Amino acid sequence: MSDDGTVVEARSLSKTFGRLAAVRSATFAVSRGEIFGLVGPDGAGKTTIMRMLAGVLRPDEGDIRVDGVEVLREPERAKRHLSYMPQRFGLYEDLTVGENIFFYGELFGVTKTERQERTSRLLEAAGLVPFQRRLAGQLSGGMKQKLGLICALVHTPAVLLLDEPTTGVDPVSRREFWSILYDLRETGVTILLSTAYMDEAERCSRLALLSAGAIRYCDTPARLKEQMPGALVSIPSSDPRRVRALLSGQPGVLGVLLMGDRVHVRVDNRDRRTPELARLLAAQGLAGALIEPAEPGIEDVFVALLGGQEAA
Amino acid sequence: MNGRRVRAIAVKEALQVWRDPRSLAVALLMPFMQLVLLGYGVSLDIKHVPLCVYDQEMSQQSRAVVDGFVSSGWFRLARALPNEAAIRTAMNRDQCSAVLVIPADFSRRLAMTGRATLQGIFDATDVNTTNIAMGYAAGATAQLQSTFEAKYAAAHGLTPSAVGSVDLEPSTWFNETLDSRNFIIPGVVAVILALVGAQLTSLTISREWERGTMEQLISTPVTTLELMAGKLTPYFVIGLADAAFCLGAAIFWFKVPFRGDVSTLFVTTALFILVVLGFGYLISVRVRSQLGASQIALLVTLLPTTLLSGYTFPLDQMPAPIRAISLVVYARYYVSILRGLFLKGSGLADLAAPLAGLCVSALIILWLAARAFHKRLD
Repeated sequence: MSDDGTVVEARSLSKTFGRLAAVRSATFAVSRGEIFGLVGPDGAGKTTIMRMLAGVLRPDEGDIRVDGVEVLREPERAKRHLSYMPQRFGLYEDLTVGENIFFYGELFGVTKTERQERTSRLLEAAGLVPFQRRLAGQLSGGMKQKLGLICALVHTPAVLLLDEPTTGVDPVSRREFWSILYDLRETGVTILLSTAYMDEAERCSRLALLSAGAIRYCDTPARLKEQMPGALVSIPSSDPRRVRALLSGQPGVLGVLLMGDRVHVRVDNRDRRTPELARLLAAQGLAGALIEPAEPGIEDVFVALLGGQEAA
Repeated sequence: MNGRRVRAIAVKEALQVWRDPRSLAVALLMPFMQLVLLGYGVSLDIKHVPLCVYDQEMSQQSRAVVDGFVSSGWFRLARALPNEAAIRTAMNRDQCSAVLVIPADFSRRLAMTGRATLQGIFDATDVNTTNIAMGYAAGATAQLQSTFEAKYAAAHGLTPSAVGSVDLEPSTWFNETLDSRNFIIPGVVAVILALVGAQLTSLTISREWERGTMEQLISTPVTTLELMAGKLTPYFVIGLADAAFCLGAAIFWFKVPFRGDVSTLFVTTALFILVVLGFGYLISVRVRSQLGASQIALLVTLLPTTLLSGYTFPLDQMPAPIRAISLVVYARYYVSILRGLFLKGSGLADLAAPLAGLCVSALIILWLAARAFHKRLD
């Protein structure tokens, strides 16, 4: 860790596969105790960045420091300071829950008492205590991910790298997963995770928004929302697609986004455009549609900041 | 090298083999089946060669000749042929692989001059069998010769030695019964261990890639050497068990005489197993799919070891370039060591050359295997 509290530092990371530039000059720094989220659609380069940070993939260019160790120069030393949980379940399905935990504990040189103490606490938190003798391959998706997290935490990493840890995980397991992460942050572990879920991005202390391999914005969720141009109104509707079709491209409308049974409309001036939108909808037989001001979520921000640029 | 990490990998690998029926079958069933197949199927002894006889004379003397051939045990009387045309037919229909023709004047010539000629016709489509059958025929004829010489001498009032030529009395060493099984079984053991060993470890790294467990494994501080040592350990134990089974079967079931020293056998066998496991590991590192790795391991082990290890085809009869290629077929060293140990009771000093070859193979293969693996995805 350097003096300013930076634990992970990536400088102009680039990686090309054949002709595809998977990551383009990504630069960011993560401080001790942060939960840092890499957010972007599939193919934005999240996994490639995670793999390079974990020391299992060499960048074409750039530098990485993890807990004061140059990852490119001393990948094996850096690996002692971090735990990595790949996107695809990486544990042994033909070993039991307990055997997997034991295996990773031994690889990281954890003492027996340490392992037992930590394992029982984590199994408890993850609700996996009754499943210790079950083969990992016979666990549900959510249980597998929690087991992955336990294996990653059986030693004390300075940095925890989680690549889309909650993809395909049920809401209950997801909540347990996040509560473990929050507890962990209290102990000073720095967490980097990638996600395609916007509600999950909301829980991070800082976010990097990725698009086509490049980090376009990097800030706290609150400040990213401030950067969103325009203001948001929300229109509940039984036919949101029709509303979207009606409002797209109208004067003053910067963007229209479907959010379940609501339509989020980003306008240049909320006070001026709200009555205009109401008139427009009324003219199309949608009179009385409720148009309420709304606070933007990360998804709105993401689309506002990156969607437009991609379309242009 | 961290002993704890090596042990953790070894235990994990052993659990996986134990729970995977496919690995277990390769480890335990394959050597058994191969031993049955190769041990019984391959024999260079040809007994009871089917023989047709075209006896033009049909005398007591000529029947004695036929009896002489059959009673040698090497030939079996298939058919008596009525005429010359029948010879070709019999050959074409595979009724016999040798034909004995006794000329009509056989007895007359023998009585007058003391010499007569028999004609032997051999089906040479299988050159190997023909050579052996011709050898048998020569043997049978030689026996007849001495009987007839004695008779002729007696009839003409001569002492047998005056007529009798100097006979070569062949003496065979090390494999007194000239049983080709004694020669082949030690080679079969070597071939089986080479095949099974490479199969066992060919899956070990590719399995991790295929099941997606490699990415997390290489993100841990485990070193490539620890990984290799840990992964080879359980297979080394299995390999030793397979070797004990095959060697035990060779000695107690196939009754191949064992004249060597058991500790020498153990050391050389352990070394050989290390080489074959290292070779399978090397393939596994290079080929990331289990099926591909196992196929390649089979292909690159089976042909060279059966053809160029000297287990059936003598290496010193091969042209120089092929002999040179056979130097990298590490199984040949173990084949010579086993033959030396079994049949000659050779000691370590006698086995210095093949032992050195095996050691060099071990060093090269394990060095390559250790270097081949990188803890990276690309």
